[in-house]
Amino acid sequence: MYRDNTRSKVFTRRALILGGGKLALLTLLAGRLYQLQVLESDQYALQAEENRVSVRLLPPPRGRIFDRNGAELAVNRENYRVLLVPEQTNDVEGTLDAVAQLLSNGDAIDRKRILRDVRRQRSFMPVLVRENLPWDDVARLEEQAFDLPGVMIDVGQSRDYLFGPSLAHVIGYVAQVSEAEQGDDPLLALPGFRIGKAGVEKVYDEALRGRAGSSQLEVNAVGRVIRELKRTEGQPGSDIAMTVDLDLQKLAVDRVSKHIAASAVTIDVDTGDVLAMASWPAFEPVAFNQGLTGEQWRTLIGDPLSPLTNKAIGGVYAPGSTFKVAVALASLDGGIDPEMRVFCKGWTALGNAVFHCWKKHGHGSLAMVDAIEQSCDCYFYEVARRIGIDKIAQMANKLGLGLTAGIDIPGEKPGLIPTRKWKKDTIGVAWQPGESLVAGIGQGYVLATPLQLAVMAARVASGGRAVVPKLVRRPTPVTRSSEPQEPLFSDTGINQAHLRIVFEGMRRVANSPRGTAYRARITEKGMEMCGKSGTSQVRRITASERDASGGVRKREVPWKELEHALFIGFAPVERPRYAAAVVIEHGGGGSAVAAPIVRDLLLEAQHIEQRRGSGDKVARLDAHSG
Amino acid sequence: MRSFASAHDIHVPVGRKLWLVSWPLVILLCITVAVGIAMLYSAGSGKWDPWAGRQLMRFGVCLAVALAVAVTDIRFWLRYAYWIYFGAVILLAGVEAAGSIGMGAQRWINLGIFQLQPSELMKIALILGLARYFNGRSAEEVARPVYLIVPTAMILAPAALVMKQPDLGTAVMLAISGAAIFFVAGVRLWQFGVVIGAALAAAPFAWHFLRGYQKQRILTFLDPESDPLGTGYHIIQSKIALGSGGIFGKGFLQGTQSHLNFLPEKQTDFIFTMLAEEFGLIGSLALIGLFVLIVIYGIAISLRIQNQFGRLLAFGVSATFFFYLFINVSMVMGLIPVVGVPLPLVSHGGTAMLAVMIGFGLVMSANIHRDVRIGRQGAYDDS
Repeated sequence: MYRDNTRSKVFTRRALILGGGKLALLTLLAGRLYQLQVLESDQYALQAEENRVSVRLLPPPRGRIFDRNGAELAVNRENYRVLLVPEQTNDVEGTLDAVAQLLSNGDAIDRKRILRDVRRQRSFMPVLVRENLPWDDVARLEEQAFDLPGVMIDVGQSRDYLFGPSLAHVIGYVAQVSEAEQGDDPLLALPGFRIGKAGVEKVYDEALRGRAGSSQLEVNAVGRVIRELKRTEGQPGSDIAMTVDLDLQKLAVDRVSKHIAASAVTIDVDTGDVLAMASWPAFEPVAFNQGLTGEQWRTLIGDPLSPLTNKAIGGVYAPGSTFKVAVALASLDGGIDPEMRVFCKGWTALGNAVFHCWKKHGHGSLAMVDAIEQSCDCYFYEVARRIGIDKIAQMANKLGLGLTAGIDIPGEKPGLIPTRKWKKDTIGVAWQPGESLVAGIGQGYVLATPLQLAVMAARVASGGRAVVPKLVRRPTPVTRSSEPQEPLFSDTGINQAHLRIVFEGMRRVANSPRGTAYRARITEKGMEMCGKSGTSQVRRITASERDASGGVRKREVPWKELEHALFIGFAPVERPRYAAAVVIEHGGGGSAVAAPIVRDLLLEAQHIEQRRGSGDKVARLDAHSG
Repeated sequence: MRSFASAHDIHVPVGRKLWLVSWPLVILLCITVAVGIAMLYSAGSGKWDPWAGRQLMRFGVCLAVALAVAVTDIRFWLRYAYWIYFGAVILLAGVEAAGSIGMGAQRWINLGIFQLQPSELMKIALILGLARYFNGRSAEEVARPVYLIVPTAMILAPAALVMKQPDLGTAVMLAISGAAIFFVAGVRLWQFGVVIGAALAAAPFAWHFLRGYQKQRILTFLDPESDPLGTGYHIIQSKIALGSGGIFGKGFLQGTQSHLNFLPEKQTDFIFTMLAEEFGLIGSLALIGLFVLIVIYGIAISLRIQNQFGRLLAFGVSATFFFYLFINVSMVMGLIPVVGVPLPLVSHGGTAMLAVMIGFGLVMSANIHRDVRIGRQGAYDDS
C-alpha cells in the first residue's frame, strides 16, 4: 500500500508536469498559427492567389489588309484543327486510326509527333492532330464525334493571303516569333503566335497586331482550368488599306510572270501611291505561316532567281539608257545648249578607248531631243564627258537615284550613283574620264532599282516634284478632284524649261516613228505615254562579236548573258498621272520587251481611273479606314 | 476502501457500466469526428463521396467498439495486455514480411471491408504492454536501470519494424509515447538524460539507416524553398494555405489551395491545413481547443484512478493522442519535417480512428474501474 502511494504520488506529479509541458507546446502551436495566419497572412494570401489564378492572353485578330479600293488582300481565315484529349479516350492509337480514316488526307497525320506530345503533356491537355482542315473533313468529324471520345474540333485563326504570290513581296508574310524577336509585348511569347516578317506585315506589324486581351482563369494544381474569373477584351489589330490597285497589280504580275525574272512598278505621280509592284519569281506567303520545312527553306534561299527578293526595290540593275533622262537634265543644268548638235558616227573615241553607239552605223547629227528620242549613245558620251560624273550624280540624286526612295516596306536597296569622291574612297583609284562616258549611258558603276527608276519617271512627269513612293495609305485620304490643289511633294528645284525638253524627248520615244519605243506606243487618244527605253549590258561585248554581224545579239547567247531590258514611262502626256518602270532580267531589248509592259500598265491605270471615277474611290477607301 | 461511484467488481451489470461511461468525453470525441467529417465533405468538393460518408460509418463502428472496450473490466485488459502487445508486433512483422515478398513497402493488411494498418494498433498495444509492465514494478524497481531493459525493448522492437516499412512518423510516435509512460511511471530523470544523450550520439549513425526520401524530407524541412517543386512543395503549399486562411478563413468549401489540389493529402495528413484555410485562425484554434479539452479530460481521469495500470493506460492514451495532434499540426505548419502522422479522429483513415477510439475505450474502462485495486503481481489480485 505504501509503495503504491509512492507510485501514485510520482505519477500525479509527473502527469501534471507533462500536462503543463503539453500546454506549453500547444502555446507554441498557437503562436505559430498567429504568425502564419495573422502576421504573414497577406503574403500567403497573395501566394494563394498566384497559385490559383492563371492569366491567359487572348490574341487579338490581326488587322486585315485591303487594296486601295477595299478589296481584301490579307485576311484571317478560320483554321479548323482536330485536337485529341488523351485522357478522354482509352485508346489513343485506335482513335487516331479512326480520325485518319475520316480525313481526306489521313496518311498525312504525323503520328510520331502526336504520340510524343501525348506522352509529354498532361493527359487533359489537347494534342494537335492536324490543322487547316478542309470543311468536308470538319463535317465528317462532327458527324462521328459521338463515337470518337476525346476528339475535338477547334477553330483558330490563321493568316490567309487571297492573292498568294501576286502580292507576296509587298504584303510580306507572317510567321512564328523567333527567339531574337521576343520583346515587351507578352503576345510574342504566346505559342503559335505569328508576327509580320516581311513587307507591310512587318512594317505595320504593331498596328496590325492589336493589343492582347486577357482572361483570368482559375486553375488547379495541375493546370486544369476550373473557370474564368475575369475577362478583359483586347483591341483587335487595325486594318490597313494599301495604295495598291488589285486590278493593276494582277496585270503587272501577269505580265512579269511571263519572264524568267522581272519586276514592274507603277506609281501615282501626284501622291506617290504605288499602284502596282510586281516581282517575279515569287513565293507562296502562306507557306511561311504554316512553317517551312528545312528543305523548302533551302530551296527558296538557294534559288539563283532569288524568289524571296522583291526585285522592284531590292534588285539593282545598270539602268542603261533610261539613265539618259538624268544625264540630259544634268547636261542642261550644266549649261549644255539643248540645240547643240553632236554627230554620231557609230562610235566615239577617248584617248585610246573606243565607245560604241548601239546603232553601229551612227545616228548622224542630233540635238538633245533627238538624242533622247533615238537613245543615241554618242550624244550622251559627249555631254557626259563635258559635264563630268559629279554633275550627273547630283541630278541623279535629285531624281531619286542613288539613295533609297523611302518606301514603307523593308528590303530597299539604294543602288549606286558614283562620284569622283566615291570611287576614290571605296576603290581607292581616281575617276577615269572614260568612266563618265560609260556612266552617261547608264552603264559601269551606275545601279538603280526599278522603284527608283519609276520614281525618276514620276519626278520628271510631275514637273520636278520630289515624289516619294508609298505602299500604305496615310490616315488622311488624298482626295483627287478636278480643281488644282497643293502638290504633296516639295520641288526638287529642277529647271522647268529643262524638264520640258526632256519631256519632249521622252514623248517622242513612244510617239514619234523614229522613237525607240514607237511600236509600243499608246494609240488611244488622250492616253499617250512618254517613255525611255534601256538595254543594259551585263558583260563586256567583245570586238569580235561586234564585228561578227550587224547586230550584237545572237540567239545562242545564254540567258544569263543577255542584256537586261528596261523601260520607264509615264502617261498621259497631257497631264501625267501615272509613272511606271519595268525591268526584265536578261530580257533583251528594252523597247521591245519592257516597253509593251509599261504601256499596258499605264493604259490599264488610265482605264481603271475611267471606270471607277475618283469620287467613288475615296468613298470606298473611307469605308475601310475605321 | 470502496467507492460506489465506480464499478470495482466484474459482476456489475453492463447497463450500469454504460451509465458510468464518461459521456462528456464521448461527446467531445463525437464533436471532433464531426469536424473531421465536415472537412472530409469539403475535401470531397461538397460530396459525401469518397471520404465523408465512409468516415461517418467507420465512426459508428469505432464508437461501438470503444463503448464495448469501456464496459469491459479493466482486469481483462490487464490480463491480455501482453497478448495484445505481441499480437500487434506479429501483425507488424507480418506486414513487413508480406511487404518484402510483395512489391515494395506495405503498411496494411487487407481485411476486405477495410485495410488494417498494424502500425496504428501498435500505438495502443504498446501503451497496454508498458502499462502492464510498470504496473508490476515497484517504485524501487523502476529506479533501477536493469528493469528498464525490457520496456525499452518493448518500444524499440515495434519502432524498428515500423521504421522498416518505412514509417518514420509512427516510429517517432511510439518512441515519444513510450517515453511519456516511462516518465509518469517514475523512471529517474538522469536515466532520461542518458537515453537522450545516447540518442543524440546515435543520430549520425541513424542518419545512414534513413531512406533517401526520409533524409530528403528532413533536409527539405530545414530549407523548404530549396526544392519548391519537389519535397518542399508540400510544406510550402501547406503554409500558403494556412496563411491565406487569415483570421476568419475563406469559408466552408471555399479553400482554394485545397479544392484546386495545391494542397497535397488534404483528406489525410494535411486536413488541419484545410480546416485552417477554410475557417482561419478561429477555426484552427477552436479545433486545437477541442483537442486540449480531450487531453485534459484524459489526464484528469488518469489522476483519479487508484491503480497503476489504469493510470498509465489512461495517461498513455491521452499523451499519444496529444502527440498525434502536436506532430501533425507542427508538420503542416512547417515546424517539423513531414513525417506522415494523421490528425487523430479528423483525418480520413479507418485504423487510426479505430486505434484512437479503442484507446479512449480503454481510458473510459480505466475510469469506470478506477477503484479496482490491482496488485503488482497481476490481475485479480484483490489484496
